[in-house]
Amino acid sequence: MTGSARLPILIAVIVLALLPLGATSNTLLNFMTFALIVALAAQGWNLLGGYGGQFSFGHAAFFGTGAYAMGLLQVRFGLNPWAAMPVAMLLGAAVGWAIGFLAFRARLRGAYFALVTLAFAEVFRILANAWAFTGAAAGLLVPLKLQAANMQFEDKRLFYWLVLAFVAGALVLTAELARSRFGARLVALRENEDAARALGVDTLRVKLAAITLSAGVTAAAGGLYAQKSLYLDAAIAYGPWISVDALLAPIVGGLGTVFGPLIGALALLGLGELSKMALGNLFGGAVPGIDLIVFGILLILAVAFAPRGLLGLFDRLIRRPRPAEGGEATP
Amino acid sequence: MPFQPGCRRLMLQIDILLSALANGLMTGAVYALIALGLTLVYGVLHVINFAHGATLTAAMFAVWAAHDGLGIDPYVAILILTPLFFALGYALQRFVIGPASHGSDSNILLVTLGLSIVIENALLAAFRSDTRSIDVPYGFSVIELGNLFLPLPKVIAFFASFLVAALLWGLMAHTDIGKAIRAVSREKTGAALSGIPVEHVYAVTFGLGAACLAVAACLLMPTFLVNPRVGNAFVLVAFTIVVLGGMGSVPGALIGGLIIGVVESLSGLYFGESLGQIGIFLIFILVLLVRPAGLFGARA
Repeated sequence: MTGSARLPILIAVIVLALLPLGATSNTLLNFMTFALIVALAAQGWNLLGGYGGQFSFGHAAFFGTGAYAMGLLQVRFGLNPWAAMPVAMLLGAAVGWAIGFLAFRARLRGAYFALVTLAFAEVFRILANAWAFTGAAAGLLVPLKLQAANMQFEDKRLFYWLVLAFVAGALVLTAELARSRFGARLVALRENEDAARALGVDTLRVKLAAITLSAGVTAAAGGLYAQKSLYLDAAIAYGPWISVDALLAPIVGGLGTVFGPLIGALALLGLGELSKMALGNLFGGAVPGIDLIVFGILLILAVAFAPRGLLGLFDRLIRRPRPAEGGEATP
Repeated sequence: MPFQPGCRRLMLQIDILLSALANGLMTGAVYALIALGLTLVYGVLHVINFAHGATLTAAMFAVWAAHDGLGIDPYVAILILTPLFFALGYALQRFVIGPASHGSDSNILLVTLGLSIVIENALLAAFRSDTRSIDVPYGFSVIELGNLFLPLPKVIAFFASFLVAALLWGLMAHTDIGKAIRAVSREKTGAALSGIPVEHVYAVTFGLGAACLAVAACLLMPTFLVNPRVGNAFVLVAFTIVVLGGMGSVPGALIGGLIIGVVESLSGLYFGESLGQIGIFLIFILVLLVRPAGLFGARA
C-alpha cells in the first residue's frame, strides 16, 4: 500500500459506520460486530505475519489474554471496563513480547516459530481451563449492567461503532507503519532476514517490536469479544479457532496490505454464514463444522491461486496485467 | 515385624511405578510410529505436515467404520488400510499440496493447515462429535509378567510399531525408491539432475507417512477412543517427539517416542490427567527454545 491510504480508510470506515443506520436486523448487526472483532484480531496478526513474514499459529494466546484480562479485571478486581481495556491491551502486548523474546532469541523461524506459538496458546488454554481464578472449566461470566459507563449498551449499534473505531485505529496504525522506517525494516527482514541484518537492521529488535504491537492489537479484539458476549471459557478465549481466523483473513484478503485483514474477515465469515445456511437447508438441520470446511478450502485456494489475496485478484481484474509481476516471476 | 506394612507398601508402589513405566513404553512405541511419518516427511521435504493429526483421525475412523460396518478386525484392517492411506497420502501431495504451494515452504505449511481443517471438520460433519470405540474380544486380555499385567493390545502395538520401523528402515536402506528418497533429502537439485523424479519421490514420502498413520490407527483402536478432534492431541505429541528426537531423524523419533510415552504416563500418575498434558507442551517449548535441533539432529 503506497502513500496516502487515508482517503480509502476514511471511505471504508464511513461506509461501515452507515451500515447499521440502514439495516435494522439484529442478526446482521451481531454478525458485523463479530466480523469486525475478528478483523481486528487479524489486523494484529497481519502486522507480524503479513509485514514481518513471521507466521504465528497461536495468536489465540494474545486474543485470550486480552479477553480474560478484560473479564477478570472487572469480575475479580472491580475495575471499570473503560479502564480495563488499555490494561488488557498492555497485558496482551506483554505476553507477545515475552513469547517473542523467547522464540526470536532462540532464532526460531518458519515452521518452528509457528509450532512454538501454537504450543504457548495450548498451554494457556489448558491453564485457563484448570485454574479456579479464571473460572476453570465453568468459564467466566461478566455481570450484565447495561450502562454506557460500563461499556455495555442498550443500543447494540453503539457497541458496533466502538468496535469499528478500534478497527479504524488499527487501519491507520497499519498504514502509518507501512510508510515508516520501522515498516521498511520489517518488510526487509521478511524478504531476506540475513540480508536485512547485513544491512544493519537489528532484526531481533524489529521482530520484538512487531510481535508486541501485533499482540496488543489482537488483545484489543479479545477484550472487545469479552465485553460483547459477557462470557468466556478457555476453548473460546484461547481456542485454536481464533488463531486460524486471524491468520486466514489476511491470507484470503491480501497478506501485508492495509485492507487485507478487513476484507478477508468479512469475506470469510460471510461465506461461512452463507454456507451454514445453504447446506443447513439442504440437509434439513445444522451441519457442524461446515463453515470451517469452507475456510480450509478457501485457505488452500488462496495459497494456490491468489497469492496476493482478494485484493490481488481485484487488482488483476481492474488493471491491465503487467508484463512482469515481481512476486511470481522469480521462484 | 514393624517394617512389614511399610515394606509391602513400597513393593506396591514399585509395582505401580513399573506398570506405569511399561504402559508408557508401550504407548510411546505407537507415538513413535506416528512421529516416524512426520519426521520422514520433514527429513525429505524440510517442511512440517500440519495435516498429520487429521490424517490419523481419518485413519482411526476408517478402522472404526471397517469394524462397525464390515466386521473387519482392526489387525486385519492393517492389510487394507495401509495401501489405501499410502495412495491417499501420495495423491494429496501429488495433486493438492505440491501444485498449490508453488515450492514455497510457508505455503506448504498453510496448505497442510487448510487440509487439516477440512479433514477434521468433514469428519465432524459426517460423524458428529460423539466419541466412538470398538469392541474386540481381546480388548481386555492381559499378559502376566511377574507382578505386571500388560494389556495384550498394547503389547501387540509395541512390537508391531518396532516391526514397522524396521521395515521402513529396510525400505530406505535397500530399495531403489529408498535410495531415491535419501538422495532427494540430501540434494534435491542433484537428484533431479541425475534423473530422479523429485515430485514422485515427494509424493511417495507423503504416502509412507500416511501409511505409518494407518498402521498406528489400527494398533490404537483396540484400546483408544476416536472422535473428530482426537488427532490434535496426538499430533502435538508427535511434534514434540519429532522436535525432541531431531527433525528428520528416524532413531530420534523412536527414542523420543518412548521418552514421551514414559513422561506422559509418569506425569499422569503423579500430577493427574490435565497437568500431564501440560508436561508434554512444556518439554516441547523447552526443547524448541534450548536445542531446536533436538537430541539427535545436527545443529542447525
